[in-house]
Amino acid sequence: MNIVVCVKQVPDTTARKELGPDFRLNRAALESVVNPFDEYAIEEALRLKEANGGEVVVLVMGPPSAEDIIRKTLAMGADRAVHVTDPALAGTDWSGTCAVLSTALRRIPHDLVLTGTESTDARSGLVPGGLSEALGIPLVTYAVKLELDAESIKVHRQVPGGYQEVQTPLPAVVSVVKGANEPRYPSLKGIMSAKRKEIQKLTLADLDIDPASVGLHGARTVVTASQARAEKSSGEVARPETPEEAAVIIADFLQARKYI
Amino acid sequence: MSSDIMVYVELENGQPKRTALELATVAADLAAHGGGKVLAIALGPNAAGAADRLGRYGVDQLLVSEDPIFEEFLVDPHVDLLARLAQEFEPQAVLFSDSADGRDIAARLAARVGAGLVSGVVDLVAHGDHVDAHESIFGGNFVTTVEVQNARLGVFLVRPNAFTPKESPKSAAVRTLDYTPGDDVKRARRGRTVLEEGEATSLEEASVIVSGGRGLGGPEPFALLEQLAAEIGGAVGASRAAVDAGWIPYAHQVGQTGRTVKPSLYMAVGISGAVQHRVGMQTADTIVAINRDPDAPIFQLSDLAVVGDLFKIVPALTAEIKRRKGA
Repeated sequence: MNIVVCVKQVPDTTARKELGPDFRLNRAALESVVNPFDEYAIEEALRLKEANGGEVVVLVMGPPSAEDIIRKTLAMGADRAVHVTDPALAGTDWSGTCAVLSTALRRIPHDLVLTGTESTDARSGLVPGGLSEALGIPLVTYAVKLELDAESIKVHRQVPGGYQEVQTPLPAVVSVVKGANEPRYPSLKGIMSAKRKEIQKLTLADLDIDPASVGLHGARTVVTASQARAEKSSGEVARPETPEEAAVIIADFLQARKYI
Repeated sequence: MSSDIMVYVELENGQPKRTALELATVAADLAAHGGGKVLAIALGPNAAGAADRLGRYGVDQLLVSEDPIFEEFLVDPHVDLLARLAQEFEPQAVLFSDSADGRDIAARLAARVGAGLVSGVVDLVAHGDHVDAHESIFGGNFVTTVEVQNARLGVFLVRPNAFTPKESPKSAAVRTLDYTPGDDVKRARRGRTVLEEGEATSLEEASVIVSGGRGLGGPEPFALLEQLAAEIGGAVGASRAAVDAGWIPYAHQVGQTGRTVKPSLYMAVGISGAVQHRVGMQTADTIVAINRDPDAPIFQLSDLAVVGDLFKIVPALTAEIKRRKGA
């Protein structure tokens, strides 16, 4: 069972995100981390490998600085990593990202491609679908549980209030939800061995991808303007003496606005 | 390319979800601007039954296939048929609800036909012969204007509750599609659904949310929020602190690593209002907060801030609302 986990480098989730003059996220000023949602996909991959054997490969598209977060995934237990990095990738949108990742995926043997459900910066959750389409393999998103057999996988797919069972042949793209497992912390031994693990660097030329098809120019969407949210002025503050008085104040407020 | 706007309809018990009516409403405005039609697509058993309601919200034509395959398999048959329709009708834009199924189908469709794809859409505006999207990013801290380029078609994932359904006097003609699924779409087979919680409300689609945080102190007080939510027709949400403590399942989490919601009313109970939480809910129309700490940051964005003991105020409020509804 060979599993590839797609991982993204994102700004620390507590950082305040600002847009630069080109309407792109100003990443330089921010601490970077493994996309927190991806940690659940990595953990799931490691557990599947422990139970079934095989190899876990982490695939990252990102700037050279992403090597720090790649080392962390290797320290968690991934066997090796593939890092696609090229200056021409700056500003690449969803379509370019899916084209690059799927091209790299075709060169890495895989029975299963795992992802997080979304990244904490873009938050769109669209890469799993784009990869499934580009690779021509089935898609099951929002997995809370995965069970493997030789040629197929059974997924508990999260739906409002519970889950639905979905069975699909392999290979497939599956996104794993937060809470599906408890991602492990890298052990000291893991951190030491991560230093010796292979990180294969690939450029666009290595992947035979035309640089004009990615980056800002190759994008199918372009941001032309941006408006910061107007700061909301604080509303009414109530310090009621009793719970009953509080209830009346809130009920009056809700009734005036037709919520009740 | 035509000036038609295509809308993908999600069904619930044979009727269009509220989000589908929201999409129909904005599609009707866009189509009127460009002189095109609103074409809605509903797939699955009894889909034609959605026509009456959709017509009342501005849909000109409802394209349906009631083939059971759309309930038996995930994504593949839906994308297969939608790609054919996009080719046949050449619409200006295809609109989906920004939901789990909407994202999967929209992403696969956009990848297959080479469309521009935008999610988190809170407004759509006609711009010459195409449609621009306003996208809410970083938890609503910015709204960007996004144009589709290098592509003929725009596929847009519209955030639930971004538009208010508006009736328009139309009736939708139903056209049943001739669709015979091939074996290549029979891959991800759906099995049984297991509901672990009583109600199946999607947090993103709820127009009222009552959320609890660290101030609840444990899992039991969430019952108080459930009673209040039931009384005002809302869903129950939670902060990361409450979810990480194991008091309530992750599906309820609102915030940076949970759901982004835009309800009409958001009630924050015992939630201090860390940035992590605020970026998930700050674009709610109305925010009411109950907290015993008068300096809680959540109060800075609240329309009504109530300082006090949630354990006493919430049951009193539930009783008060019940009393007024009975009156």
